[in-house]
Order: sequence, then structure tokens, then C-alpha cells
Amino acid sequence: MLSPADYALWLVGSLLEAIALVCAIRARAFKRYFTLVFYLAASFALGIGRYWILTHFGYASHQYLYFFYYSDALLTICLYFTLMGLYSHVFRDLGASKYVRLGGMLLLAGTALISYAMVANSDAKGYLVTRAIVELSQNLYFVGMLLTYVLWGAMMKSKENRTRLMQLVLALGVYFSAYAASYALRNLHWQWDVWRFVVHLMSDWLPVAWAYTFLKVPEDARLATARLVPHR
Amino acid sequence: MIAAIILVISTATLLQFFVSYARSVIAASSKHELSPQAREVSGVLNHDVRGEEFVRLLQLIGLCPVPGGDTNRVRAVSGYFRLLGMAKTLMGRVAPALLRWVETERGSCAYFAAVTLDRRIAFSRELMAQQMSNRI
Repeated sequence: MLSPADYALWLVGSLLEAIALVCAIRARAFKRYFTLVFYLAASFALGIGRYWILTHFGYASHQYLYFFYYSDALLTICLYFTLMGLYSHVFRDLGASKYVRLGGMLLLAGTALISYAMVANSDAKGYLVTRAIVELSQNLYFVGMLLTYVLWGAMMKSKENRTRLMQLVLALGVYFSAYAASYALRNLHWQWDVWRFVVHLMSDWLPVAWAYTFLKVPEDARLATARLVPHR
Repeated sequence: MIAAIILVISTATLLQFFVSYARSVIAASSKHELSPQAREVSGVLNHDVRGEEFVRLLQLIGLCPVPGGDTNRVRAVSGYFRLLGMAKTLMGRVAPALLRWVETERGSCAYFAAVTLDRRIAFSRELMAQQMSNRI
């Protein structure tokens, strides 16, 4: 059963996604950051879908459970494509966008296969595909985090100076890392009731950071990456 | 075991991304020159601000009307400031070079707060001017 606080956090999350979507469209980022805008739109739409299923079938229903996990995997894949889109921005000047797309697809397929193999070889039986989907979602957060880290390294190496792109990548890095850490904690059987509220707040980070970037950082703003790395 | 390794790696990258993100927000405000009004109110005369000023400046920011859009930035930088405070306490005695860097960073946070205060003062003045013109 969801508490009023859960509903409030859910509502806030959906509102923030809608705001981020409007900010991105107003900043004329629809074509330039298509995968990102698509992710925000999908996240908002699936949030509404989840609410509809919750009110019609209930929180403990199979329908809600399936819809939640499958839509979560779908959103994680969308976010993965968003990351690939950001990769394309950075590597476009090198003419390597095509290879990035190919590499991204191969990695996604590899992660899906490994996730399935992990579930198939585990002791637990039944619901193989559903458990594989949940596993894929978890693994993609970790893969996404590593790929964002590699992208950030490439941006520093190539002295990337587009402030908007930097902030979009960094916000995504924070999000992926936070979720990967959260899943790792869960796998360590670390139970804490308040944790689900923390996860709600974590999910708000991305729309808030992206909305701020589209609202306040113009496309032509420039910043030296050297200023963002702590002195060594 | 694997989950523990993932947790450590994720926490380390989370910290790195968060620090870089906070620095990108601070760097965007470092070129801003403070207005005479903000200098008078904040007592900050140039870019050399002590980290200890941050909390006081944050309190002054809290007194101004919110123009919208900067609350989350202030929160992110406040989080970064707390993180630096922890680094200062934990590592300060062991690594003096790190301590100097932490102090510079805390100063940058304080300058960011002064710039935010400047923007909010400008917003308040605009708001007041609008109200005055509406009354007339």
C-alpha cells in the first residue's frame, strides 16, 4: 500500500518531468537532443500509465508489478540511448558517430545476453523473462555509469567546452551512479524503510538538473573542462 | 562480493560526478562581477572570499524573494560545501596541500553565494519597481 507521502513524491516527480520536457522544447533542444527529450516524454507517459494501472488493479496486483518492471526496463533502455546520443555529440567532430552507435548497440545486446544468462543459471526458477528484464535494468545502470565515466574522460581529453553538454552528461553520471549504488545496496540485503523515499528523490534529480541546464545554460555557453577537475 | 565492489565503484563515481557538476555550476558564476549594492550588503569586495562566509551569505540569500530556478543550484552547491567541510575535517591534518585546495573551493562556494545574493537583490529591486509603477 502506498502512503500519501509516496503519492506526493510521485506527483512531484511527474511534474518535474513535465517541466523538464517543456524547458527542453522551449530551449529548441528537440532535434539536437532528441533521445533526451524522448526519454523525458516516455518517462512522463509511463508514469501516467503506472498510475492508471495502480488505480484500476491495485498496488499488489500482477498487472501493476509487470507493468512497473517492464516499463522500468524500457525507460532504462531509453536512458541508455540518451547516453548514446550524448556520445554522438562528443564524437561527431571526429566522424565517429556511426561507430559509437554500433558499439552502443553491441554493448546493449551483450548486457541483455549476460543478464539472461545470469538469471538462467541462478537457483531460483520461474518467471525467467521477467527476472531477466529486472536484471537487465540493474545491469544497464552500472554499464551506463561506466560509459558516462568514459564519456566524461573523453570530453576532458578532447577539451570539450560546451557547458550545456557538460552539465547534461554530469547530471546523467550522478543519476546512473546513484542508482547503481542503490541497487548494489539492495543486493547486499541492506533494508531501510526510508530508502524508498531516497530513491524517489534520486529519480527527481535528472529532470531537475536537466531543466536547470536547458533553462539557464544557453547552447553557445562555453566553459573549460580544466576548471571542473580538482587540482592534482 | 560483486555487489560490494559495485557499491564502492558507484559511490566513487557518484562523488566524482557530483564534484564536477557542482564545480560547473560555481564556474559559471565566477566571472560575474558583484554590483555595489551586493558588495555593501554581503561585505564581499572581491573574488577572495573566505569559506566561512558561505553560511552567512546563505542566510542572507534566504531573506530575499526567490526569482525561481536557482534554488536547486544553491542546494547542489550547499551539498558540495558540506562535502568539502567533511574532507577538511577528515583529511586536513594528513594532507596540508589538500587543505589549501579545500579552502580555495570553499571560497569559490562563498563567491557563488555572493553572486546568487546579487541576483536576488536585483530581482527584489525589479519587483519593487514594478509594484511602485503599478501603484502610480
